[in-house]
Amino acid sequence: MRSALLGAAALVALLAAAPPPKTGTVVHIRDDKFQPASITVKAGEKVTFINDDDDAHTATADDGSWDSEGLNQGQKWVHAFTKSGTIKYHCTVHPFMHGTLVVKVAK
Amino acid sequence: MKRRDFVGHVAWTGAGILYVLGAEGLVRATAQAEPNAFSFVQISDSHIGYTGPANDDVHATLEKAVAAINAMPVQPAFVIHTGDITHLSKQTEFDDARSILSTLRAPLITIPGEHDVIGAEGPKRYAASFARKDATGRGWSSWDQGGIHFVSLINVGEGETMGVLGDEQLAWLQKDLAPKSPDTPLVVFGHVPLFAVDPEWGWSTKDGVKAIAMLKRFSAATVLNGHIHQIVEHSEGSIRFATARATAFPQAKPYTPGAKPGPLKPAPGTLLDVLGYRTVDVEGRAAWNDHSLAQA
Repeated sequence: MRSALLGAAALVALLAAAPPPKTGTVVHIRDDKFQPASITVKAGEKVTFINDDDDAHTATADDGSWDSEGLNQGQKWVHAFTKSGTIKYHCTVHPFMHGTLVVKVAK
Repeated sequence: MKRRDFVGHVAWTGAGILYVLGAEGLVRATAQAEPNAFSFVQISDSHIGYTGPANDDVHATLEKAVAAINAMPVQPAFVIHTGDITHLSKQTEFDDARSILSTLRAPLITIPGEHDVIGAEGPKRYAASFARKDATGRGWSSWDQGGIHFVSLINVGEGETMGVLGDEQLAWLQKDLAPKSPDTPLVVFGHVPLFAVDPEWGWSTKDGVKAIAMLKRFSAATVLNGHIHQIVEHSEGSIRFATARATAFPQAKPYTPGAKPGPLKPAPGTLLDVLGYRTVDVEGRAAWNDHSLAQA
């Protein structure tokens, strides 16, 4: 019983320490950050970038393969990502803002 | 004689007096500054297209700056806009900016900010609206005027090239400056500050030190930038740097705890105090005066 409790506690601690990778289809732009900074989507899945900040932003692939162009406060950009792989992106007017998009082939 | 030739003919006859052909068709005499003085004006960061609490009418504040410059009794040799003319590089924003800036009496020179080159169309729209015809294919340029060597640099661009001059431009700059004697007065423009104001906020040019190294042999080099919407002055050896106020909205002071770059809502009734334009007189070395729009 004691070992079972310890095992459960260890499992809880493990879950708390290492949350599963974030997945989702919405990226909020807030306080000069992409939130979440990293997302994983299935190929073909649409991702919505919403500018919730008080400044203009873009979501622009580092390799230039896609670009939301300028998004004012409250504006959003929806894009379906079809090519699998890991793509780093940034905001062209705030180059210190970075995000990562992982596109996986649907099984 | 054509009207333009006539104005050119009368403008510089008579020491200390500038004769100007007014809109009413009459020749007016106005006080002239020192006969050998050379002056220009810097404006910056108009963000035409911005709507928000930091300034509810960016058109009106740019128009106020233009009106103040047009009212100067001695017109500057040129007005340079050091970038972020528009907010999102939209065609309508370029059109609106052009319609306001085209009312300047003095010739207009511009360089782009990162807000003017957003997306695939931004650089094309900027070029179609404002680019100098005598600039290089990449947009940087230099010219000699009034005994001064002027250089306008581009440190914004596609991808992650904001705050970067790049090897091609640096090589061009080196070649451009090589034949100039060290006592040539030098004025260098760029949107993003060449020196590191606050790199974490994107307020620096990553390879700016390489350009600055090329300026060090000159006895009177001045570097004027925009981008940070406030006046920050700095010097390195004989080089003097100054960033300019915006005509659109203020931003937080660098390294302000808890703050971030971006539009900052000013205290009620103080917007015009923190916006402005800069007059620059060059006699050997550039000397500048910053004017707030509240004084305009």
